Amino acid sequence: MAKIKFKLNDKTVELESDINRRLLDVLRDDFSLTGPKEGCGEGECGACAVLLNQKIVNSCCTPLANVDGQEIVTIEGFSKTKRYQIIKDAFSEMGGVQCGFCTPGMVIAAESLLNKNPHPTDQEIRIALSGNLCRCTGYNMIVKAIKKAAKDGEGLW
Amino acid sequence: MKDISKSINKVDNEEKISGSAKYTADIKIEGMLFAMTLRSSIRKGEIKNISYPDLPKGYYIIDYKDVQGKNVVKVIFDDMPIFTEKKISYLYEPIALVIGPDKQKIVEIIDMIEIEYKEEEPLLAWTDSVLDYHFDKGIGLKAFDEADKVITYDYQTGYQEQAYIETQGFIGYPEGEKTTLIGSIQCPYYVKNALIQALGEREENVRVIQSTVGGAFGGKEEFPSLMGCQLAVAVKKIKKPIQLIYEREEDMLVTTKRHPAKINFEAAIKDNKIYGLKAKVGIDAGATIGLSGVVLSRALLACTGAYTIDNLDISGNVYRTNTVPNGAFRGFGAPQMMFAIEMFVEHIAQDLNINPLEFRNSIVAKQNDLTSTSGIYRDPILMPEMIEKAIEVSNYLEKKKTYSNPNIYKGIGMSYFFHGCGFTGSGEKDTIKARVKLRKTKDNKAEILIAAVDMGQGVKTTFRKLVANILEIGIEDVIFNNPDTDFVPDSGPTVASRTMMIVGGLVARATREIKKRWHEKEFIVEKEYEQPEYIKYDEKTFKGDAYPAYSWGVNVVEVEVDKTTYQVKIVKTWSVYDGGKAIDERIVFGQADGGLAQGIGYGYLEVMNHKDGRIQQKNMTDYIIPTALDMCDMETYLYDNPYAYGPYGAKGVGELTLVGGAPAVAKAIENAINKRVYKIPVTPEYIMELIDNGKN
Repeated sequence: MAKIKFKLNDKTVELESDINRRLLDVLRDDFSLTGPKEGCGEGECGACAVLLNQKIVNSCCTPLANVDGQEIVTIEGFSKTKRYQIIKDAFSEMGGVQCGFCTPGMVIAAESLLNKNPHPTDQEIRIALSGNLCRCTGYNMIVKAIKKAAKDGEGLW
Repeated sequence: MKDISKSINKVDNEEKISGSAKYTADIKIEGMLFAMTLRSSIRKGEIKNISYPDLPKGYYIIDYKDVQGKNVVKVIFDDMPIFTEKKISYLYEPIALVIGPDKQKIVEIIDMIEIEYKEEEPLLAWTDSVLDYHFDKGIGLKAFDEADKVITYDYQTGYQEQAYIETQGFIGYPEGEKTTLIGSIQCPYYVKNALIQALGEREENVRVIQSTVGGAFGGKEEFPSLMGCQLAVAVKKIKKPIQLIYEREEDMLVTTKRHPAKINFEAAIKDNKIYGLKAKVGIDAGATIGLSGVVLSRALLACTGAYTIDNLDISGNVYRTNTVPNGAFRGFGAPQMMFAIEMFVEHIAQDLNINPLEFRNSIVAKQNDLTSTSGIYRDPILMPEMIEKAIEVSNYLEKKKTYSNPNIYKGIGMSYFFHGCGFTGSGEKDTIKARVKLRKTKDNKAEILIAAVDMGQGVKTTFRKLVANILEIGIEDVIFNNPDTDFVPDSGPTVASRTMMIVGGLVARATREIKKRWHEKEFIVEKEYEQPEYIKYDEKTFKGDAYPAYSWGVNVVEVEVDKTTYQVKIVKTWSVYDGGKAIDERIVFGQADGGLAQGIGYGYLEVMNHKDGRIQQKNMTDYIIPTALDMCDMETYLYDNPYAYGPYGAKGVGELTLVGGAPAVAKAIENAINKRVYKIPVTPEYIMELIDNGKN
């Protein structure tokens, strides 16, 4: 048990907890943030993805100790941003959502990519999404959605 | 009136993109306990003795002794116990649920349970045939007496795992006398009917609700009935809310998969044409029969692929083995057969030294041809135009020729295929008997009351759109909540590409009646399925119209094969589909992309096997499904060929889009390596074997 303090969706939070707990469990159980999902529990599927200091990480493979003093943004926090609106509209209009279980993770992956590369090629988008599994869409429309978001959100990233 | 095909944004986009949609694991109930499953550690034998430890307060063990009704899961062939009593027939067969407030403690209790077994040698060979089907067409086997020559080959397909990203799960809780389950399911009434039998309860004391479903693909068709029965038995006894959700490893090791198949074909060749076809098909059911007979039927009925062959002798067997039970998976027997027949027809043409494309085109099914079961293809078949379109947009002819050069290691492959829409045979009329309700509300809204589940395929959007379009009201004035058996009638399971065609057809009829009475204040219209008069099918002899309608498709896949590692790269795909009228084009395109990705994955990437009855792939790390990098740009074209009884002319599209992927990618690989492919998945190891020893 230790005291852990970090920034979560723009608010500083503190908790006394086992530092080996998975960040995913802390987010879902202690903060009721159920946007990050458990799909595989071992870092393959990306459904649990969150932003750690603006970069995508799998929260199922991140021990709580690693986030002490860091900044975490989940889909719940990111959904309050302008960038989110652009990505959301693009996913809607291009048909990037089916069952939706991978979608929050896909949106986080899109943000993480666009944040460092605002004008990605198709191949760069595919590389950025390769840690996020989707079984419904074949990725075609998700790739197109991110391409559209990059264009529609010109200047935001 | 607007063209209904014009796409709108899906109604559940907002909640799904923002992460606020509630899937089963996101639901929390005060005081909820957790359940984990105690499973067998042997493959075959008997439990001689189980000793349970003394349980701490608040912990429970639920097993066969707690089942008050029948200890069997109601499916189609009821041979799966809810909890095994003595007999073990596969590894990890469920024995009991261990339940309590702390998961770690539950694991400790499971570790303390001692089971004494009498172990037997498991049966893994395909020798125990439990179902045996046969039918013929035309002069059947006699065609072989007139043959100039006989060509025969064997084909083989492996397991495929549905790999929905959300694992299987339920939450159960008591509501007074009632036992209620909410879960990730395709078929609320399959679960409800199974629960009634398991609990020995009255219908009104069982309630099943669908939560948001994170993918299903057939995997949540019959398997949830097993989990649901186990959990319901526990809830009824303990009288507390309980969550039963599988982790990925458990889900992969114990849930149903696509049946592995072996298919032997013999063709009677007369005047350089296929005069007769004999097929012997075997599928591995695993330890229980369940749906396997229906899966085998669909495979057998698809034996001629998209072609017409006059004389047939078709037989198939379901084999029981001491392995994990197999079950429903998008395509349901057709993907196995479509791979085999597409390869076989190509291989026959090569053996006869005839251009395979011309050979295939000369036997493509036409309107009024007889189906494999001597029914009639009553509606127009647009395959010639669709094939032409696929060839043109993919530049197939030129690429095929260029890539025949063995030093290029590039290939292009094209598959033709079809899928029978709705339940096989008289299933809709005799077994399912779908009922739908539509409510006109006081405030001039329409509420759709059906048991169809939106598992990502867009049912919530397409059904609201359908009703709004007919009533000429806004989509926001049409209500469609997740099915809850306390409120919706049994419109049948969300399977078999039947939802829009059959259930949508009924909803459209009910909506038209509502429209006529729109001035009335509040009322409900109910409709029940009526089979079109002309559909006649005999299940015993496999004669007649096996399906009311057929959807058709062409897939073209282009690949590159690495010269050193034999890794396959999918370069691009082109698809042309006739699924009838699209109720929403973008949703159909989504089905097309996702179905083809699964079909291609099945063909070259997704390896699952068992070793001595133990599944070897237990996570997404071991079982590889396509990533964004494995897939490619996908181009799709839709042909509008309306079916008179579907709403606006819609037929089935969900499964159609999967069945052609494997043969298309396999043929592309054949083109790239100049060797013949006989089994899927076409892995780098298999390619190496073919390059070393394969047939040109």
